[in-house]
Amino acid sequence: MTLTAKRFAVLVLAVGSLEVLCRIGWIDRHTIVAPSEMAVRLWQLLASGSANDDILYTLGNAVAAIGLSIIIGFAAGAAIHALPRLRSILDPLLASYYAVPIFVFYPLLIVLFGINSIPLIIIGAMFGVVAMIVNTLTGLDRVPRALTKSARLLRLGRLQELYLVSLPAAGPHFVTGIKFSIIYSVIAVIAGEFILSARGIGFRVAFAYNSFDGRTMYALLLLLLATVSVVTLSLHAWEKSLHRRWGRE
Amino acid sequence: MTQRPATVPLASEKRGGTGTAEQHVKVEQVVKRFAPLAGGSEVHALGPVDLDLRRGEFFALVGPSGCGKSTLLDIIAGLTRPTAGEVTFEGRKVLGEPPEGLGMVLQEDASYPWLSVWDNVAFGLRRKSVSKQELVRRVDAALAFLDLNDFARAYPAQLSGGMRQRVCIGRTLVLRPRLILLDEPFGALDQQTRLLMGDELLRLWRETDATVLLITHSLDEAAVLADRVAVMSARPGRLIDIIETGWARDRTSEIVADPEFGRITAQLWSRLRSESLRAREQAERKR
Repeated sequence: MTLTAKRFAVLVLAVGSLEVLCRIGWIDRHTIVAPSEMAVRLWQLLASGSANDDILYTLGNAVAAIGLSIIIGFAAGAAIHALPRLRSILDPLLASYYAVPIFVFYPLLIVLFGINSIPLIIIGAMFGVVAMIVNTLTGLDRVPRALTKSARLLRLGRLQELYLVSLPAAGPHFVTGIKFSIIYSVIAVIAGEFILSARGIGFRVAFAYNSFDGRTMYALLLLLLATVSVVTLSLHAWEKSLHRRWGRE
Repeated sequence: MTQRPATVPLASEKRGGTGTAEQHVKVEQVVKRFAPLAGGSEVHALGPVDLDLRRGEFFALVGPSGCGKSTLLDIIAGLTRPTAGEVTFEGRKVLGEPPEGLGMVLQEDASYPWLSVWDNVAFGLRRKSVSKQELVRRVDAALAFLDLNDFARAYPAQLSGGMRQRVCIGRTLVLRPRLILLDEPFGALDQQTRLLMGDELLRLWRETDATVLLITHSLDEAAVLADRVAVMSARPGRLIDIIETGWARDRTSEIVADPEFGRITAQLWSRLRSESLRAREQAERKR
């Protein structure tokens, strides 16, 4: 049995067990609804189009936050790598960044920008950006010296060396950074919508929760879980294949 | 008396292996000192070293660990600036960047893992003003020469260590360097592969007419491959002897069966032994 098959079997077993426990009443349906019910309700929501506006709103915010965190994180990481003195100053901040509850800035952002997409995008980007910075730094740190030396021997300029050798050599670490940026940004956007927003999946989840509409709440959570899992697992597979090809596995 | 194998060049054939007398590379009074690390003192790593390489010769450099062989190679390649002295290549000073016409193969695997074998070999050539047809012709020829045609579309991770090193040699070779520096290129390979790679290297040298400077830990390798072998002292590395091997240009690794090979190796070791002991003492003192 392959590892993937074993993982799939564990997932099927967990979902199957939950289904059985919900159906026989061991788990109260006000606590968790059966997975099949979640799936049916999700299908109803998607088929009716009633959640489309919220899905697109969240998707737009998440994509913007992810895009910003990746672009800013990559540029900042490359700049910090090129400036060792700046790096020595920023190192403690980068190391302890996720210990700081970034959400404390969310009310401030709402005061500044109002209840709309901007605070959500900013908070999402703030969550994802450091994962990208740290992985960019790690990737550039780990470019084998032999590769940069060979670039100099081929008489490449500094810029050519960067984009033709150093950046591709650090490629697998950038994918790791992208993966974590997506995870952190989505968490932040959904959590922001959950706390204070008038639209979005996070808002719909909170609304369903407050209305004791467990079927809708779990259906939307299933949608989130499935979407993020597919994206991150695809990135994880890509990251692993790159590491294999780069000979680091 | 030992019977000489038919393929080993006879003494009367041992001519023409040392290149022309024309000076190709000149190393003059080169010294390298490294700045002290925290709490330490300045490290006098190399020199003064004087060395002339003749155009078209195969020159090897042996010496104890840490004697500055790679530092000297980096200085000749223009990757490191000497503290004192200068290097000239084809009459022009080497000033802190690799000069045109110089190629170097490193000990570490320097193949680019994101590129196929073909693209790795073509990498340097793509940066030159070479037509597409010429590029394809030269890369295909290099792959054929290095017996890598069947792996042109493979990625380095799919190859053995020896094949990856051949890819790096190919990337250097297509640029048609007039001076090839080899920094222990076979250091990570087993003995049999080293001998076979050595034969390929000799073939490459004969067909390109380039001057080759090889750094190696292996006295056998130096004795088989080189026209002249320089022995370096323990740190700070200086040249303490240069031994002419006198092999014919069309030699192969089969000369290991020649009694002369044993004599050369013994001569190298007699010069190197005391220096290796001194290097070991230096390393123990450092610990």
